[in-house]
Amino acid sequence: MSKDKPSLGQVMMFRSKDFIEWSDEALAVVLKRSPVGGALDLVLKDFFNWATRNSLYPLHFGIMCCALEMAVASAPRFDAQRMGVIYRSTPRQCDILLVNGPVSKKLKPALRRLYDQMPAPKWVIAMGECAISGGPFYDSYNVVKGVDQFIPVDIYIPGCPARPEALIDAFLKLQKQIKEEKRGLLTGK
Amino acid sequence: MTRTAEMWINMGPQHPMTHGLWNLRVKVDGETIVDAEPEVGYLHRGIEKICENRTYPQVIPITDRLCYGSSMSWSHLYCRTIEDLMGLEVPERAQYIRVVVLEMQRLASHLMWLAAYAVDLGMMAGFIYSMRDREVFVDLLQNLSGSRLTYNYPRIGGVAHDIPPGWDKEALRACDYTEQRLREYEDLYEGSKIFMMRNEGVGILRRDDAMNLGVTGPPMRASGAKYDLRKDRPYEAYADMDFEVCSRTEGDCFARYRVRMDEMWESCRIIRQAIQNMPKGKWRVVAPRNAPEGTGMARVEDPRGEGMMYAVGDGSDRPYRLKIRSPIFVTVSAAPKFLVGYKIADVVAIMGGLDMCIGENDR
Repeated sequence: MSKDKPSLGQVMMFRSKDFIEWSDEALAVVLKRSPVGGALDLVLKDFFNWATRNSLYPLHFGIMCCALEMAVASAPRFDAQRMGVIYRSTPRQCDILLVNGPVSKKLKPALRRLYDQMPAPKWVIAMGECAISGGPFYDSYNVVKGVDQFIPVDIYIPGCPARPEALIDAFLKLQKQIKEEKRGLLTGK
Repeated sequence: MTRTAEMWINMGPQHPMTHGLWNLRVKVDGETIVDAEPEVGYLHRGIEKICENRTYPQVIPITDRLCYGSSMSWSHLYCRTIEDLMGLEVPERAQYIRVVVLEMQRLASHLMWLAAYAVDLGMMAGFIYSMRDREVFVDLLQNLSGSRLTYNYPRIGGVAHDIPPGWDKEALRACDYTEQRLREYEDLYEGSKIFMMRNEGVGILRRDDAMNLGVTGPPMRASGAKYDLRKDRPYEAYADMDFEVCSRTEGDCFARYRVRMDEMWESCRIIRQAIQNMPKGKWRVVAPRNAPEGTGMARVEDPRGEGMMYAVGDGSDRPYRLKIRSPIFVTVSAAPKFLVGYKIADVVAIMGGLDMCIGENDR
């Protein structure tokens, strides 16, 4: 898109990258600098915080054993959905990336791409020993030793495999963390 | 048929259809699939190489993590391989306990598949019921071994410990409960018109193709080949059990579903017989630390097909080489035979019906 004179047709043919640039310039910067933004945030901060922490959508992405426990956590006995945890299949709709298994060298770029595709307030849970440090495959030639080498991780769940109760506990801890961060629409990390 | 521009579509590595970590590239002409190319290797952990650095008992937890859907059958397969290498004779009670836990694992694995398959075909009710009833067997195996998924229960020369008191009665009760539930599932699934429409006549694999490509397990038995290692090459105490080999002739998705459902009925029968006829005695013989020079090989009927391991010993306490034959690796390689000619919406039904488990596939 040419910077100097965008016609209506060019505006309509926004690519996603252009859209992000435009929304950054036109909305976020203006709202953040003007007193309107501050006032809006003051009023709506608690509401947005409440909505964010009670509708955590993890990405439906299974790697290994812990993926089964992830499925079990949303099944009748443990029922993580009562915490507002609903699995979505596309990263564009998700807040949480659950890394539930060893990350091989072939998977690493794909996983990083999934993380990049998720929209901005996002958290990462490293579930199980493999995602934390490589686990039982610590001496393998093809396993990345810990997902935190290329993705920032918020919560680590130990266990091999981690139990569904531990996963639910992680969601509760994450909700607490979001509440204490006091992040609103425009403020926060 | 009108032809349009052909294009490749990637389904994976993150896709609700995959149930694991692999990539299915399908070439579509309009909506019809003209070619398919599975791409695996996202979960390659180098298990065969890792095992060369572990002593023989240390490999058992690694083989547990081969297939997380049915970890018991893989650690059991490894133990059988090393018993063959060391020339050990397993006590009769251990053989019966192994039969019980293997059939429980088969039930848990098939119920897990049923839940995932129901979600694939848009039946949330199926997922909820199957996952609830899978917990029955997960609980039993947890009471036995202490873990929910990766049990680490079989040992070289037997099993880790005897069954706890009262466990066998619980197991019999679980079989009664499951048989009652299976009847409900059959009504629930086969009474659903959408389920039947998406299954019948979809993904047909002919018997010749199944035999030539080496497809084993339920997909092969659904194509008309009546072949089950538990019957044809009996291992452990399966020779004493009275059960049927479930097979169908249609070779479509519905036949594969039916074979798995029938196998669950037979598994309940086997568990009952094994618990009622279980002899008393030792459940483990002490295995030597070092294996002699030579080779060991074992084949078992995994819930997903025929699993095989081949171990080479060099006189030390570590395996010199461990080769793993995965049934799903062969089945997924045959994906073009299943898929070509069907619509792209059928991919979910066809590949879901194969019960993919990428852990053993990529090793």
